[in-house]
Amino acid sequence: MSSQDKSEVPEEHLPEVPASAHVPAESDPFADPGLPAHEPRRTDIDEKAANRAERQVAFLFVISMLATIGFIWSYVGIDKDRIIDIFFFGKIGAQNAALGGTLGIALFCIGAGAIHWARTLMTDEEIVQERHEFTSDPETREYAIREFTQGASDSVIGRRPLIRRTMIGAMALVPLSGVVLLRDLGPMPGTKLRHTEWKPGKELINEATGLPIKPDDIVKGSLTMALPEGLVEKYGPAGQKEELSHGWLEKAGMSAILLVRLEPKDVKSKKELAWGHEGIVAYSKICTHVGCPIGLYEQQTHHLLCPCHQSTFDLADDGKVVFGPAARSLPQLKIHVNEAGNLAASQDFAEPVGASFWERG
Amino acid sequence: MSSEQPKGGADKSTPIPDNAAVRAADALDSRLGIYGAAKKNLRKVFPDHWSFMLGEVALYSFIVLLLTGVFLTLFFKPSMQEVVYDGSYVPLQGIHMSQAYASTLDISFDIRGGLAMRQIHHWAALIFVSSLFVHMFRIFFTGAFRKPREINWLFGFLLLVLAMVNGFTGYSLPDDLLSGTGLRIAEGVVLAIPLVGTYVQFFLFGGEFPGEDIVPRLFTIHVLLIPAIMVGLVTVHLILVFYQKHTQFPGPGKTEKNVVGLPLLPVYAAKAGGFFFIVFGITAALGGLVQINPIWSYGPYNPGQITAGSQPDWYIGFLEGSLRLMPNWEWNIWGHTFSFNVLIPSLILPGVLFTFMAMYPWIEGWITGDKREHHLLDRPRNMPVRTGLGVAWITCYGVLWVCGGNDIIATHFHMSINAITWIGRVAFFVAPVLAYLATVRICKGLQRRDRDKVLHGRETGVIKKLPHGEFIEIHEPLEPGMRHTLTAHEQPKPYELDAAEDENGVARKVKRSDKLRSRMSHWYFAEPIEKPTAEEYKELTSGHGHH
Repeated sequence: MSSQDKSEVPEEHLPEVPASAHVPAESDPFADPGLPAHEPRRTDIDEKAANRAERQVAFLFVISMLATIGFIWSYVGIDKDRIIDIFFFGKIGAQNAALGGTLGIALFCIGAGAIHWARTLMTDEEIVQERHEFTSDPETREYAIREFTQGASDSVIGRRPLIRRTMIGAMALVPLSGVVLLRDLGPMPGTKLRHTEWKPGKELINEATGLPIKPDDIVKGSLTMALPEGLVEKYGPAGQKEELSHGWLEKAGMSAILLVRLEPKDVKSKKELAWGHEGIVAYSKICTHVGCPIGLYEQQTHHLLCPCHQSTFDLADDGKVVFGPAARSLPQLKIHVNEAGNLAASQDFAEPVGASFWERG
Repeated sequence: MSSEQPKGGADKSTPIPDNAAVRAADALDSRLGIYGAAKKNLRKVFPDHWSFMLGEVALYSFIVLLLTGVFLTLFFKPSMQEVVYDGSYVPLQGIHMSQAYASTLDISFDIRGGLAMRQIHHWAALIFVSSLFVHMFRIFFTGAFRKPREINWLFGFLLLVLAMVNGFTGYSLPDDLLSGTGLRIAEGVVLAIPLVGTYVQFFLFGGEFPGEDIVPRLFTIHVLLIPAIMVGLVTVHLILVFYQKHTQFPGPGKTEKNVVGLPLLPVYAAKAGGFFFIVFGITAALGGLVQINPIWSYGPYNPGQITAGSQPDWYIGFLEGSLRLMPNWEWNIWGHTFSFNVLIPSLILPGVLFTFMAMYPWIEGWITGDKREHHLLDRPRNMPVRTGLGVAWITCYGVLWVCGGNDIIATHFHMSINAITWIGRVAFFVAPVLAYLATVRICKGLQRRDRDKVLHGRETGVIKKLPHGEFIEIHEPLEPGMRHTLTAHEQPKPYELDAAEDENGVARKVKRSDKLRSRMSHWYFAEPIEKPTAEEYKELTSGHGHH
């Protein structure tokens, strides 16, 4: 290192210096005049100004100390539930505002003090240091390569191909263990992405009320969210919450549907009407793009818009995509009215719901 | 070493004190040899320029992230176990939710200062990624990535990518409605990967989405794996900055072989150390006063629910925009689904954009054929093509980013979302080209202005009436230092192919890559605004009363 430090960068590694550089200005008006002379600051020559700067720095440090005391006071002295209204920042928790504010002031003033100190009282005379060369000198280079070659030859790795090849083989194989170990991160997909919780006869449960849905509940222009039985949070007779079965979120994420009532004459597809009940149709709520739940319904056009990436589906036309990045229609759920007069599924979705995947076909 | 300190080195007459501090240092030196390192580094010179603080902002916000992050881990419970909330936030009392979400609510409402810490952490993350981007722009536009600093550019690039990934994992941890929506989109993207996508999704989430494993897994990645790699990369990054010494802008007294600035001890230490406190102070005040990511108003995650206007943090917005702009191409071949509508915008396009960014030092090095070291920075105007490319990249990213909020634009400006999407689709291709052309023109215009300034001097604003009635503005000649600064840059010639025939008239075989390189090099260095020559300058200044 020390030998490198002293050597300067060889010319061939550096950009060409204009032929004119370092020549007196008479022959080259663009020559480098060299570092300008240091101009003293006010604090360098006026002791009063320097003393003033010292007091300013000290003042900032004192403010910081006071702010830290304020921080501790805020922690113990302010009720954590108190809300205050600060102009521009709006209604915020008093304690958090005080803690953040005092901590901010305490830190900021240390920084401001240090920088003010550096700018007014520490030297501002620029220093010139030489750069050192990164490329090693030929001697070092040869020495290093020779040592390495000697070491490699001492290891006999070149003369013993059997060791070399088996070592490479062993090293190549051993990471496989790490890959194999990852297998139990999750179950095999199997056909899980192809099925939902909907089965023939399963009743549609209103997500908001937790009750089965009668055709009259679905009014024109409104969007009703529904799930299969067992996936909606329900309250028991005593008003207590009934526990949902394990894994209900995964099932709800696949099975969520939405119901709308359409004017049968507006519906373009016969199959769509046949799969619904008197104009009530049920569609998967999960977008066929990347799986966001779709929630924005425009009653006039029967368009359904996904809030994530604005794929737009026409609910009066088999859920076809009319705009946006989704490629496939929304799957429709075939429904009927059962003996109890409630809406129920006639079968599972005819195709996988949600985002596309490789095996989907 | 003495040769490194021609100026400013401590005076030999400075007495060596004999006190407890020196004795402690002696004791350490006899074990660790600290004086050698101190001799090299205590008075190390750092050049000064406002833009050099951008990397510092990144470093300091990273430290703030580590400090506040440790605090948050003391209270956050990374578990998807279902609990019933009974904390002090009334609207959610009695609601079923994951422990992750419930503990985030506790941090926000029941741990004193917890919300401030959470918000400092979130603000610091936004500032961290922003400062990384702007720092990289500075490095790019001034050519600081050139030899010998290409490797450090790559380390910096990796830090940017890891910062974005870790931002996303952190955003996903509270398991609120918004973070779950982000994860759902990520799940859709993973599913679109050909061949292995479905398996990757099942292994990543431990089964079907959302499952119970993703939050604890992301937690380990967020607080251990990625931060550990980042701390390592930051360390190497800084060691290289130290070892290779900082670049500097051209100016009087500054050459390729020296470094001009103020010494580490005390000036730079005070300024940089002070600046850390300023960055931390501003982030702390933001965390206390300016609300960010109010997860309590979103509610717990449920894959069947969503709110309109769901937006990711700003640095993921470009992916959201590219997903929104993409036409709905999906192919079904031999029973397999190719979801180009997801693959192209979320994996291929960002892959191309960021690979180009990572490889740029080598791309430019190959085109220019420049193998020399560069320690003097370029002024962006003097490299119009590079500056144009950078602006085109930013424009491309910017179009995607803006389109990530096309629904917000539509509702705020009462515009059709379809129209905005179509404008975005066209702008993605057209805007970068226009930005490139405009930038190159502006750069050349600025070069012309420099040239005029050197030759004719600075406009003083003083109007003089000549005896015959003509008005002229008096131009004041530039200081020699300024003249030097404005003419210090090189103007390389394009790479020329050898003649098609050698001296004996035999056709020479020209490699395809050489032809491409020559064409690219001509594009890079074509039609330069020639620097003023000494002759031109003398001719103009020797005459009477130039204007």
